[in-house]
Amino acid sequence: MLIIRCPICGDRPELEFRYGGEGHVARPAATEALDDQTVADRLYMRTNPKGLTVERWRHVHGCGRFFNAVRDTVSDFFVTTYKAGEPRPDLDALKKEAVR
Amino acid sequence: MQTYSALQLLRRAFGGHQSWEPLWRQPALKPAYDVVIIGGGGHGLATAYYLAKEHGITNVAVLEKGWIGGGNTGRNTTIIRSNYLFDESAALYDHAVKLWDDLSQALNYNVMYSARGVMMLAHTVHDVQSAKRHIHANRLNGVDNEWLDPEACKAFCPELNISDNIRYPIMGGALQRRGGTARHDAVAWGYARAADAMGVDIIQNCEVTAIRRDATGAIEAVETTKGTVKTRKVGVVAAGHTSVVMSMADVRMPLESYPLQALVSEPVKPTFTCVVMSNTIHAYISQSDKGELVIGAGTDAYTSYSQRGALHITEHTLDAICELFPMFRRMRMLRNWGGIVDVTPDRSPILSKTAVPGLFVNCGWGTGGFKATPGSGNVFAHTIATGEPHRINAPFTLDRFRDGTLIDEAAAAAVAH
Ligand SMILES: Cc1cc2nc3c(=O)[nH]c(=O)nc-3n(C[C@H](O)[C@H](O)[C@H](O)COP(=O)(O)OP(=O)(O)OC[C@H]3O[C@@H](n4cnc5c(N)ncnc54)[C@H](O)[C@@H]3O)c2cc1C
Ligand SMILES: [Zn+2]
Repeated sequence: MLIIRCPICGDRPELEFRYGGEGHVARPAATEALDDQTVADRLYMRTNPKGLTVERWRHVHGCGRFFNAVRDTVSDFFVTTYKAGEPRPDLDALKKEAVR
Repeated sequence: MQTYSALQLLRRAFGGHQSWEPLWRQPALKPAYDVVIIGGGGHGLATAYYLAKEHGITNVAVLEKGWIGGGNTGRNTTIIRSNYLFDESAALYDHAVKLWDDLSQALNYNVMYSARGVMMLAHTVHDVQSAKRHIHANRLNGVDNEWLDPEACKAFCPELNISDNIRYPIMGGALQRRGGTARHDAVAWGYARAADAMGVDIIQNCEVTAIRRDATGAIEAVETTKGTVKTRKVGVVAAGHTSVVMSMADVRMPLESYPLQALVSEPVKPTFTCVVMSNTIHAYISQSDKGELVIGAGTDAYTSYSQRGALHITEHTLDAICELFPMFRRMRMLRNWGGIVDVTPDRSPILSKTAVPGLFVNCGWGTGGFKATPGSGNVFAHTIATGEPHRINAPFTLDRFRDGTLIDEAAAAAVAH
């Protein structure tokens, strides 16, 4: 079981959280004008990277808030978590930091 | 190719079984092939076999980054069935079940296919309704599936606890008698041996690191840890790593990779003669020919390539096993492991051409593709050889996510399957 740092409540066991899939998948404006491929990209296409991934979690059995995390999908190590609405971190910079 | 028979066994016994040849060659990677298959699991090897056997395309390489069958093929719980709800799925999975029937003879290699019956339990009113709906749909498609009341479930599987005073009492079950199991390694090895004998090169410890395209965007070559290979046709059959491989050709996929776990008990004498699954309480179980109870658990909640899974997932499954089969409560578990499964939004596979000329993909089998291995290889070989899908895999395109023609087995079963 993972220990996950909720940006509001702190370190809690994985069982308190619900996974929310890839992060920063923004809903485009004026959906009625979009072509099918753009809609499919948002609904279904995923980066699914091997390595650092940006993802959403929700602290359902705690504060109830959504937040974002950067996790390494090979080791499952959480590099950082941050509040919803904060900008997506620079993954290349994080990778360099991890090497150091 | 050396053939296997009782006579051969006897003949080689005189030499102390020293004269058996290796099952396949260890060829060097050639500079060019007509078709390159990325991924030496059951599906990739079956594809190569049918390319050679049914389409006469033998200048084929199967590139495997580890050892063949070391991915999900060698990690799965080997349940075979075809009782899926939708017409498209029933046709695809039943095509495979029909091929399983005489696969050992066709390959001259014993894949130990055993049609011992697969029983899927119902614990809630919703389960009962869903099971019956599946049974009716299956029968219309010529796929056997029958409803058993709790007593009939117990008669079929005497180890089952059908009492009322358990947390999820059994309200009945759907039984597919043609369902069963096969030996996973033997499937990979049998296809590899037969494909190799027709000239297919099986290259292990060879990871594909890049896919090269020409000025028109078409496939030109793949880069590997053993050098560059020129080819005009690439079939990606990389299961949990499909998104990674497809990104080498700049194709985004509707896939998420999750760890899925299984475990085996210490081996015991034959006791459990069927396969039992419970989707609602997340457990499935059978007994291998070695005597181990083979138990499958659920996926982790988050995507990962770690090939491990969390302990609470297996605990949850063992809780269910102990409740359903109290006689197994004192069994000791010997090993557990994880595989990385590629899950699509509608829980149906993708066997498809792509927007990149020469690039084909066979993936999205998720938690349940072992059963489809022969059928999948068969229709995917057709797709690669002719450039057009076989009638059976025509609905399983990548474009269905754009066109909205999903084959939504996920909604149909209300669980991962
Ligand atoms: C625990 C578990 C239980 C399961 N139980 C069942 C079951 O009971 N019934 C059922 O029907 N299905 C089951 N499945 C699902 C089933 O195992 C898979 O759907 C099926 O085996 C997939 O076969 P494959 O040949 O496509 O993939 P794999 O066997 O995973 O083969 C893909 C291969 O591609 C290779 N590869 C990846 N990237 C590269 C690269 N860059 N270069 C070269 N090679 C690469 C990998 O090393 C791997 O060997 C289960 C899976 C798991 C993990
Ligand atoms: Zn919180």
